Amino acid sequence: MPNYTFQLNGETVTVDAPADLPLLWALRDKLGVTGPKYGCGIDVCKACTSHLDGAAINPCVTPTADVAGREVTTIEGLAGTWSDDPDELHPVQEAWLERDVAQCGYCQPGQIMAAVALLRRTSNPTDADIDAIENVCRCGSYSRIREAIKAAAARM
Amino acid sequence: MSLGTPEHDIAEPAREHSRRRFLTFLVAAPTLAVAARIGADGLAPASAQAAVPSLPAPAEILDLGDALILAAAPTANLIVVTVDETGRVGLALPRAEVGQGITTAVGMLIADELDVGLDQVDVTLADARPELVFNQLTGGSNTIRSVYGPVRAAAAQARARLLAAAAARWGTAPSVLSVSAGVVTGPGGRSATYGELSAAAADPGLSVVLATPKPPSAATLVGTPTNRVDARRMVTGQMEYTLDLDVVPGALPTMVRRPPTINGTVRSVQNEAAVRAMPGVVDVVTVATGVAVLAETFGQALAGKEALEVTWGPGTVDGESNATIQQKLRAATLPFVVPPLLTTTVDAEFDFAMVSHAPMETNSAIADVRRDRAEIWSGLKSPIVAQQTIAAELGLPQSAVTVHVTQGGGSFGRRLFFDAALEAARISKAAGKPVKLMWSRIDDMRHGRARAASFHRIRATVAAGQVLTFEHRVASGETDTKHGLGEILTAVAASLPVGGNLSFAQTIFLTTVHSPYQLGATTHLLNEVPLQMHTGSWRSVYSANTRGAEEVLIDEIAAKLGKDPVTFRREFLKSDRFRAVLEKVVTEGQWGRSMPRGTAQGIAFHAEYKSCTACLVEVDATDPRAPRVTRATIAADVGRVINPRGLESQLIGGLTDAIGTTFRAGLHIDAGLPLEGSYSQFHYTRQAESPLRTSVFVVPSDGEPGGAGELGVPAAVGAVANAYARATGTKPRSFPINFPVDFDPFPR
Ligand code: FES
Ligand code: FES
Repeated sequence: MPNYTFQLNGETVTVDAPADLPLLWALRDKLGVTGPKYGCGIDVCKACTSHLDGAAINPCVTPTADVAGREVTTIEGLAGTWSDDPDELHPVQEAWLERDVAQCGYCQPGQIMAAVALLRRTSNPTDADIDAIENVCRCGSYSRIREAIKAAAARM
Repeated sequence: MSLGTPEHDIAEPAREHSRRRFLTFLVAAPTLAVAARIGADGLAPASAQAAVPSLPAPAEILDLGDALILAAAPTANLIVVTVDETGRVGLALPRAEVGQGITTAVGMLIADELDVGLDQVDVTLADARPELVFNQLTGGSNTIRSVYGPVRAAAAQARARLLAAAAARWGTAPSVLSVSAGVVTGPGGRSATYGELSAAAADPGLSVVLATPKPPSAATLVGTPTNRVDARRMVTGQMEYTLDLDVVPGALPTMVRRPPTINGTVRSVQNEAAVRAMPGVVDVVTVATGVAVLAETFGQALAGKEALEVTWGPGTVDGESNATIQQKLRAATLPFVVPPLLTTTVDAEFDFAMVSHAPMETNSAIADVRRDRAEIWSGLKSPIVAQQTIAAELGLPQSAVTVHVTQGGGSFGRRLFFDAALEAARISKAAGKPVKLMWSRIDDMRHGRARAASFHRIRATVAAGQVLTFEHRVASGETDTKHGLGEILTAVAASLPVGGNLSFAQTIFLTTVHSPYQLGATTHLLNEVPLQMHTGSWRSVYSANTRGAEEVLIDEIAAKLGKDPVTFRREFLKSDRFRAVLEKVVTEGQWGRSMPRGTAQGIAFHAEYKSCTACLVEVDATDPRAPRVTRATIAADVGRVINPRGLESQLIGGLTDAIGTTFRAGLHIDAGLPLEGSYSQFHYTRQAESPLRTSVFVVPSDGEPGGAGELGVPAAVGAVANAYARATGTKPRSFPINFPVDFDPFPR
C-alpha cells in the first residue's frame, strides 16, 4: 500500500493506506483521530467536517491521496490554529460552551468546524449565511448554534 | 461491598413530598459510600385533582413515569454516593446519557446536597447491574423523577456522616460546623476536607444525626441555569462514543450487508472468496441478520459489504407499502362508543407516516466474545435485558457477560433496543474475533427502528357553546415494547383504574395520553395492527401524533363554536396551572399580532408526566411546499426544575422534532423496505428550516420534578400544524404535510 504524508493538527504524519480510502477512515482507524464523526459517509450529514488548508472538507468523501503534502485540521487541532496555549480554546469553541450548545454532542465537532470555515469566509455572517450550513443536528440544537456563531463573530 | 443496615428513615419536607420517603444505607467500604433505594418506599398514586365534567383519564392519576417508579420500588437497590480520600464525590448512574443532560442534572443535585462544587462531582454511567432488575431503564421521561429523591437522600446522609466525623474529631457538635466547597469548618477556624474525613465518616460505629435533604429554598445550584459538565469534551472532540473507544486491542471494524426487505434472510453468498481477497478485508461471516465483513478499516469493511453478492430469502413485510399499511390501520380502527346525538359534530381523520429515530450516531457496539466470557460496549437504555439476552444467545451464564453503557450520540427512544450489541456478539462469536460493529446510515434508516405509522379518527359533538363528547380512536402499527418495559408495566397494570386485559401497548397508551381539556365524555382507545417491522417508542411515544392531532381538532372545534383558538383553550383547559402556561406564550409570543398574507401564528398545549407546556409558533407558508417556522415561543411548567438550561435544550429539541415530522420528515415503505436511506431523503429539520427566533420560558413552580425529555414534541406538533393551517387555509390531515418521494432511492 502507498504511503501518504501530510500535516495533521500541526504534526507531520504518514499513513499507509489505499489511495481511494476515504480520509475519515485513515484518520479514525489508522491514526486514532476520532473527533470527526461518521453520520452518513456520502457528504450529506456533515458530521465529519474538518479542514483542508483551512477550508471545510468532508473526509468521508475525500480520498486519502488527495491530502498528501497538505494540511488537515480536525476538531482536535482547532484550538491550536488559534493559540499556542494548550488550555485556550478557539473562540468558536468558547462560544459553544457559553451557549451550552451540545446535547448528545455527536454532530458538534462538525458543526464547529463548519462554523469556523464560515467565519473565515465572512467575519459577520447573516442569518442566510448561517442557514447555508447544512450540518444535521438530530438533537435539534440549531437555535443555540445560530446564537453561538453570532457570539463568536462578535468576539473575533 | 456489602450493605449495612438501614440508617435512617429520611423524612422529606412535608409540604413537598409527604408521600415519598427514602431509606439510606451505609455501604461498607474503605471510604464513604452511602446508598439509597431508587423508587419511593412510600409512594402511593396521587389522588385525582378536582371533580371535573370529564372523568380523569388514567394518565392523570398514574402516568407512565409513575408506573416505572412504582415497578422499580420493590427492587430496593440502589444508588450509591461515594466520597473518596481526595474529596471527589462519585455516583454511577444506572441510566443512559444520550444527550438529555442527566449527568449534569444529577451532579447538580449532589453538589447542592453535599455543599461541593459541580466540578468536584463525577457522575458516570453504570454497567448493567442485574440486581437492579427493572430499575435500569431510561424511558418514559423518568430519570429525574425516579432518582430525584434517592440521590438527594444518599447525598444528605453522606454529608451528615462527614459532619459527624468532623464533630467527633474536634469534640464538638455537628450543628456548629459549616461546609463550603467540600471543606468543613469548625470553631476556632479548624477545618478539614471531605477527603480527609472520608474514612472516618465510613465508620459504622459513628453516631450520625438524622439527615434531611435540603428544602428547595436552600438550593444554590439546583434551579440555576447550568452548562453541561461534558460540554468541553464534546467541543474539543474528546468525548468518546462507542466507536471512539480503544478498549479491545485488535477489535476489527465490521459492517453488515443486509437484506433487500425488512427481516429478509441470507440464503447463500456467491462471492465470499472474492470479497475476502479485497484490500483490508479480514473475515466474512454470516449471521441471522446478514453477512458481516470484518476489515482493517471501516472504509474497507464498507467496500467489502457492498461488493458481496447474496441470495436472499423473503422478509416479513415484503407486500407492505405506506398505502397498504394505511388501509390496514383504517380497517382496524375501533368504533366510537358515544351514540350519535342530535347535535353538531366535528370529525377528522389523520394519517401519520413512520418516522425514523435516526440518531446521529448510527447503531453501533463493540463485542469481545471468548469461549467462557463476553464483554460488550454500547449506548444502551435497557442494559440488563441486553445482558440477559446476549448471555442466553451465547450460551454463557449471565455473570460471564459484562455490558458497559457508553454515552450515546442521540437516542429519542432508539437505544431502548440493543440489536447492535446482540449482532456484534453474534459476529464476534462466529468470527472468533473481537469486533467494532457500525451500521451504515442507509441500514440505520432502512433496517433500524422507527415510530410506527398511525391512523386517527376523532369526533367531537358540540351544542350550545359546549363540547359534549370527545372521542379519539387510534390505530397504530405495533410498537415494539419487548425491551423489558412490558414486564414492568405488567406488574403495575393490575392497579390501573381501567378494566379489562390491557396489552402493554394499551397500558403505555393509557398511562401517557390524556386530554388536558374539559370536553365532556372523553374516550381514547388504541388498537394495534401486528406488522413485523422494527418499530419502537419515539420521543413522546403515542403523544406526538395523538395529542398533535387533537390540538389540530381543538382549533377546528373552536372555529365551529366561533371562538379564537386561545379563547377556547382558556375556557376549556382543566386547571389554572395549565392556563398560566398558556397565558405565558400568549403574552411573550404576542398572540394575535397582525401577520402578513401567507404567514400565521399557531398555538397548542400539552400536559404529560406531571408537566405541561404551551407552544406558539409563526409560520411563513408563502410557498406552501417550503414552509418555515420563523419564530417560536415555548413555556413549560415541569414542577421543580433542576437545570433550566437543560430543560430549555429538551424543549428546543422537541420543537425541532415537531417541525421536521410535521412538515417533511417521514419514511415511505415500499415493498417491505423504507425508501429513505440518508438525511438527504429523510428530511429531518436543518438549520435553514429552524426558527430564527426561539424563546423558552420556564414557569416557576414547586412540587416534585415532572418529566421533561419528551414533553416538548406534542404541543409543538399541534402549534406548527395549526399555524400552517391558518397560513394556507387548509386542514392538515396527513403527516408529514409535504411528503413526495423527491429523491432517487439507493439500491436495495
Ligand atoms: S459522514 Fe461525512 S458528511 Fe456525513
Ligand atoms: S447535539 Fe446531538 S446531533 Fe447535534
